[in-house]
Amino acid sequence: MEQKGWKDIPIAGMILEAGNAVDYLTGGWRAFRPVRGEAECIHCFQCWLFCPDSSILVDAENEKMVGFDLDHCKGCGICASVCPVNEKVIKKAGEELAGDDARLCIRMVEEGKFKE
Amino acid sequence: MSQFEALQGNEAVATAMRQINPDVVAAYPITPQTSTVQKFADFVSDGLVDTEFVTVESEHSAMSACVGASAAGARVMTATAANGLALMWEIVYIAASNRCPIVMSLVNRALSGPINIHCDHSDVMGMRDSGWIVLFSENGQEAYDNLIQAVRIGEHADVLLPVAVCQDGFITSHGMERVEVFDDADVQAFVGQYRPQWSLLELDNPKTYGPLDFYDYYYEHKRQQVEAMENAQQVILDVTGEFNKKFNRNYGLFEPYRLEDAEVAVIAANSTAGTVKVVVDQLRDEGLKVGLLKPRLFRPFPAQELAEALSHLKAVAVMDRSISFGAMDNAGPLFLELVAALTLHGVQVPMADYVYGLGGRDILPREIERVYRDALKVAETGQVDQLVTFLSVRE
Repeated sequence: MEQKGWKDIPIAGMILEAGNAVDYLTGGWRAFRPVRGEAECIHCFQCWLFCPDSSILVDAENEKMVGFDLDHCKGCGICASVCPVNEKVIKKAGEELAGDDARLCIRMVEEGKFKE
Repeated sequence: MSQFEALQGNEAVATAMRQINPDVVAAYPITPQTSTVQKFADFVSDGLVDTEFVTVESEHSAMSACVGASAAGARVMTATAANGLALMWEIVYIAASNRCPIVMSLVNRALSGPINIHCDHSDVMGMRDSGWIVLFSENGQEAYDNLIQAVRIGEHADVLLPVAVCQDGFITSHGMERVEVFDDADVQAFVGQYRPQWSLLELDNPKTYGPLDFYDYYYEHKRQQVEAMENAQQVILDVTGEFNKKFNRNYGLFEPYRLEDAEVAVIAANSTAGTVKVVVDQLRDEGLKVGLLKPRLFRPFPAQELAEALSHLKAVAVMDRSISFGAMDNAGPLFLELVAALTLHGVQVPMADYVYGLGGRDILPREIERVYRDALKVAETGQVDQLVTFLSVRE
């Protein structure tokens, strides 16, 4: 992206265009990628509610969680930590599970280890 | 018709605030500024202003509230001194960098420690790199006049910077004097209505103030602040010119007093300049060619104009009411900046610095006379024996 000079930008770092954060692709910051695991999503929208980057994609009409906006997701893992299904899976397993355990509903996979 | 009233400097400032009738005032009481805010609070409770008066729990909060209100599009004022200004510190910079034209009455007081509530200029000198415009005032009248002009200066579209108007703690803030108070309507007409270009409260046109700004654009925004400072000097001259014409005053970037044909001059800001004038008159009666230059505008620093005004002199003595600890010879900031200004503009005049009046120590005419006698000797010999003198400190 071409960077503008001081005469061509709003003063004080002011952002005059609402919602332009969407133009800033922060997906490249991500070290861990959220991936749908084996457990069934119950479409409770907790992840959508808590995601600080509005990166949970939903089908509003059918009230379904459909995936992640990886252009903006920074991989913070809040979605995985608030997921009630994850909680249930962990309880059932009776042990600490790794964040990328396949049994989870939302698992966090190291970018380097991720395979399609 | 204006009228003359017996007012303390702080009351004069509060009166100016009443006449300006700002949208928001957020302030915390601190000696010797307290009576300004106290008096203004009276105006608020008496219904004489429309101001939303925010009583806060600290100066950090006061300046934060000012920044928020200013971003919202309000005309905002505050008042503080010394340690209060120091507690505002973080937000003082943010006010300037967010380009909030907040006007502050700064009643100059020594910064601790040891704890001291009396006058010196260590508080304002600390904010000199913060991006605020700074004006000095010799007395309550000038504090009143400067405050009214400050509103127009800061809010000018080419500037959009906060402005601090200084006066000396206790000496003028609590000194009763004859103050010309203009008609409310005249002051209102002069300051006019603030029309912010980027109001946060303009809900149909949302915008963000103060977002994260990294290595890619932060520097460009600092460059814009430089531009605003550069524009400020002309704006100040324009606003001052208009004020002078309307209210019959004679303000400029600084005030020369019997300087034109002087051979030596003293530079002194705020109330001390008044005492210096008395000494100038006495020495002139002796036939000595002495004068005074009283700085009014400190930020932006009118280096070229100051250098020109001092270029004909044979010696200059700067009086600094603060110390820049560890700077060259532990001189005062005013001296250091003037030395740089004169050197840069090719003016070669022997200069010496006199630190004085720290923590409210009185400065007496005989001490100022000694400064002139020293300067006259320097003018004769061309030799500065002592670069920095700590005037009248006990050995």
